Amino acid sequence: MSDTTTPDQASEDVRVVLDARDITRALTRVSHEILERNKGATDLVLLGLQTRGVPLARRLAERIASVEGTPVPVGELDVTMYRDDLRKQPTRAPGKTQLPAGGIDGKVVVLVDDVLFSGRTIRAALDAMADLGRPAAVRLAVLVDRGHRELPIRADHVGKNLPSARSERVSVRLAEVDGKDEVTIS
Amino acid sequence: MRNLLSIDDVSAEEIQTIFATAADMHDVQSREVKKLPALRGRTVVNLFFEDSTRTRSSFEIAGKWLSADVINISAKGSSTSKGESLRDTVQTVCAMGVDGLVMRHSASGAAHQVAGWVDAVVVNAGDGMHEHPTQALLDAYTLQRHLGSLEGRHVVIVGDLTHSRVFRSNVLCLSKLGARVTVVAPPTLMPSGIASWSEAAGFETSYDLDEVLPTADAVMMLRVQRERMAGGYFPSPREYTVGYGLTRDRLALLKPDVPICHPGPMNRGLEIAADAADAAQSVVLEQVSSGLAVRMAVLYHLLAGESEEGGA
Repeated sequence: MSDTTTPDQASEDVRVVLDARDITRALTRVSHEILERNKGATDLVLLGLQTRGVPLARRLAERIASVEGTPVPVGELDVTMYRDDLRKQPTRAPGKTQLPAGGIDGKVVVLVDDVLFSGRTIRAALDAMADLGRPAAVRLAVLVDRGHRELPIRADHVGKNLPSARSERVSVRLAEVDGKDEVTIS
Repeated sequence: MRNLLSIDDVSAEEIQTIFATAADMHDVQSREVKKLPALRGRTVVNLFFEDSTRTRSSFEIAGKWLSADVINISAKGSSTSKGESLRDTVQTVCAMGVDGLVMRHSASGAAHQVAGWVDAVVVNAGDGMHEHPTQALLDAYTLQRHLGSLEGRHVVIVGDLTHSRVFRSNVLCLSKLGARVTVVAPPTLMPSGIASWSEAAGFETSYDLDEVLPTADAVMMLRVQRERMAGGYFPSPREYTVGYGLTRDRLALLKPDVPICHPGPMNRGLEIAADAADAAQSVVLEQVSSGLAVRMAVLYHLLAGESEEGGA
């Protein structure tokens, strides 16, 4: 777990798979891939999924802006109300959904999330987007793809493919939310 | 929170969670597709034994925007008018597989009693002269949006306190959120026994509106409920206005930009002058849109989660 846990617990079964520099490199590559695929930043919108997809989307937008010289609109999307397991858990307070000023109609929307696992969050995000507008195309960028899909969903841009056992726990920590950049598996 | 029968059912922390959710719900109102799937497959019944326009339609829209199936039953034209008991009516409704029951009744405590009879989640939408918790939540939510935090702010509630469930719920809610509350009414409309309650709950009472208005950070005018009055509470409407109405002259006593609330429907010219009701600082219409967002948040938190245990 994070640096707040006891040392013996941390050293025994937690493995760092991406450190801060790895994350930086992965995001730089993904931002270039997004630009290449889109042939520039025209009509591009980055939509970060709450919680950790949002800072990732901002970081990608910064890199794209520095390469292309034009700012890329960034939005936040919360999918709590669209989850298929809503009924199976105690009620969770939804997070914030905020689209960029230009909306998403006719835009190329790149959904950004930290970990792609079952694919159910992305399914919920696609449903949520249908209520918000009609993008020209939707793509998916994730920092980590750990496999074990339960739905026919794949990522277009992946920072790191991380084969994992279903029982393992992949944790992404980001400076904006957790105080430091790190991906661990335990 | 299993039901919402009284403001006592929710902690200050839960109230802030409801407000945070309501802020997100507010955004839905400006969307083209005003629909969230959170309560898909759930059924909510609005059971109204008393007249209502805004509360009933607000709950109806709130439920529909969350994708619940909502039906309205009003006492007029229902089996109640054929002499069916309250218990039989709610049990019949709930036997149809209803998940949520939003209830208004003229008897104080009706919602509490019904909650003990049925498995459905019960939301009190006003019970007699007792409570109206969602109104208090939407009032506090509206004020918090204007004042930032209610901690230490001075809220003045004016009007027919004896008959007001809005006042009772509001005092509980505002005190919970740290506001300093002063309630103002003519002696005849001050509830009996308020002295001991105000002492225990820590709010103030006054008969002199002009004296408290200059220090108010928010003013809440209550409706004079003529339908609940057998008469004799004040000599004439004119006299009430002179003593306790928010007139143009009193508007000048307020600090600038102090929000003015009214739960509606307004008796213009009686408890609130048109100058105050239509003033730039009046938040009456904002209360209506806030009410929708708050009721969506309440229905979401009560009905979206796991159905088996339903929480504490």
